[in-house]
Amino acid sequence: MIGSAIASVSSRKMLRTVIYLLFVLAGVAGIFFLIDYNFLAAVQLTVYGGGVIVLMIFSVLLVHHIEMKLELAKLSKRLVTALLCILGIAVFLSAIYSYDFEVVNNDITTTTADIGTGLLSYEAGGFILPFEVISVLLLAAMIGAIIIAKGKKLAYKRQDLEDETLENK
Amino acid sequence: MIEGVSIYEILTLTSILFFIGVYGFVTRKNLISVLISIELILNASVINFVVINKYVYPEMLQGVYVSIFIIAIAAAETALAVSIIINLYRQINSVEVKDTEIMKH
Repeated sequence: MIGSAIASVSSRKMLRTVIYLLFVLAGVAGIFFLIDYNFLAAVQLTVYGGGVIVLMIFSVLLVHHIEMKLELAKLSKRLVTALLCILGIAVFLSAIYSYDFEVVNNDITTTTADIGTGLLSYEAGGFILPFEVISVLLLAAMIGAIIIAKGKKLAYKRQDLEDETLENK
Repeated sequence: MIEGVSIYEILTLTSILFFIGVYGFVTRKNLISVLISIELILNASVINFVVINKYVYPEMLQGVYVSIFIIAIAAAETALAVSIIINLYRQINSVEVKDTEIMKH
């Protein structure tokens, strides 16, 4: 998984980086399966593996020539960034290993019904409000994406429409 | 929880994943590659939420909800970013970061 992650940020072929990202996402779904959150793993596989990856492949194919090599950053910049990242990893790891997690031994299996009732309950600890907000956000993002991707044509049409109404007046 | 895998090992994995994402975000010069790096960062945080939920508070489900929301927002963000990139490509014929100086034409 880590190998694929490194490959996905360092490979110079655009389409390959997307496929490496797919491997990373599948690995994440595997972790979810291992810790027994089957619903989350399914969501991860469908949304990322099915949706996001296909979207990215589309955009890569629309935008790039398939044989085009990516431009690399300067060597000094890459080295400095890698050093800073290793420093950051060291800080994170020292913080993690110095904290004593109170790990509870358990093998509770969570069903999808539990997640659903918690997500839709009105009581304390329920997540109905963020759930509704996220649905509105998804709708807004969808409409926004369509309008932005349509770009000029839509704008021209509106301009034409306005011109026509002006002429009619 | 996973038999024989401690929480420290998984948190190590996610922090390495996070910093790989940060490295890609800084060094890549292509908008789609930057998007891929953002996906890596978001996924690392999602694993963190879920794993801490499972290992430390197994009777609660808050981490799962938060990670579902993160996944939804990441999907929306990707869709918007891809549409912006395609629109930008139509206008300036490039998806390099250095060429995108103006947002409006």
